[in-house]
Amino acid sequence: MTLVTDAPAEVGAVQAYTATLIIRRFDPDVDAEPYWQDFDVEVYSTDRVLDALHKIKWEQDGSLTFRRSCAHGICGSDAMRINGKNRLACKTLIKDLDISKPIYVEAIKGLPLEKDLIVDMEPFFESYRSINPFLMATSKPEKGKERVQSVVARERFDDTTKCILCAACTSSCPVFWTDGQYFGPAAIVNAHRFIFDDRDEGAQVRLDILNDKEGVWRCRTTFNCSEACPRGIQVTQAIAEVKQAILRGKP
Amino acid sequence: MPEKSAGTLATETVASPTIRMPKRPAGTLYRGREGMWSWVLHRITGVAIYFFLLVHILDTSLVRLSPEAYNAVIGAYKTPIMGLGEIGLVAAIGLHALNGLRIILIDFWSVGTKHQRVMFWVVIGLWLVLLAGFIPRQLMHIFGGE
Repeated sequence: MTLVTDAPAEVGAVQAYTATLIIRRFDPDVDAEPYWQDFDVEVYSTDRVLDALHKIKWEQDGSLTFRRSCAHGICGSDAMRINGKNRLACKTLIKDLDISKPIYVEAIKGLPLEKDLIVDMEPFFESYRSINPFLMATSKPEKGKERVQSVVARERFDDTTKCILCAACTSSCPVFWTDGQYFGPAAIVNAHRFIFDDRDEGAQVRLDILNDKEGVWRCRTTFNCSEACPRGIQVTQAIAEVKQAILRGKP
Repeated sequence: MPEKSAGTLATETVASPTIRMPKRPAGTLYRGREGMWSWVLHRITGVAIYFFLLVHILDTSLVRLSPEAYNAVIGAYKTPIMGLGEIGLVAAIGLHALNGLRIILIDFWSVGTKHQRVMFWVVIGLWLVLLAGFIPRQLMHIFGGE
């Protein structure tokens, strides 16, 4: 960590550092293999990794390619591997990392790499779509009324409603890295969200889909997904609850 | 819009797909925590135990073919190198068994997933106690300290 300002810092003043980012670059038109590239960038202690990436892209190398949309941790675009762990670049403060060492940034693992930090998310969304991520209900609510749900019933699946589909969990899963057929944590989390919703009638359909060799039984409880989730969803817990529901034969 | 622009008419190069995946997309080692490493150890010890059992079934079945050959094989197991190998075997089976109980608790105990990290360190603790009891005895056995 090198302090850039010479003047004695005011109390509460924002400190500036020079951080080194080592980014795994890959351009499919030029490179046969990905390679690491260093960037020195001046950042503030209040900056996030995303701000550092922006600074590099805007001031040093415009060809650096990454996804981001809202930049506030809700769109789920900028999941990447920061110092070997899946994180959202927009939720990872530089000051929480050890800036005496370089910060390693690379694309998430297990999905086809397209360019620099961008992967093809299609396999991920395909398994998400295959668990019917929508309300399946034949009953009609009273005219002009919503489907009423008790607070307790809502609480049952509250944790899994938080998912932003960033793929941090699925691409942290050692099973998913080697077995692309596995539904992956995110699809199971979103199935959990409807399986345990008492307004939904499709629980059995989803349990049948997930009661598969490539479904919940592929989970080896490594807990990487729970630790990677930027929304703090207890992913492995949710998968365990779906496993139990399949054994019981009902949610 | 014309179907072909002037540029493409002039030089009709073969449009091969240029987007291709790298052969080795992997980068740094994923920094998982206790859960990931317990799974790695479980897999390694599991495969090691499988190969031991394979050999063990073969050597035990020798007794039906020729008791002399069986005795010769069992005699070979009494050498110090095999004795040290047995330490590795007990270590692998001990870890696999204890972590197996942890995995059962994760799957079937309602708060198992919440306590998985503590349970991992309990597993390591019990395993070290097991080895502390076994290794000195086994070394005495191998090197004739009894």
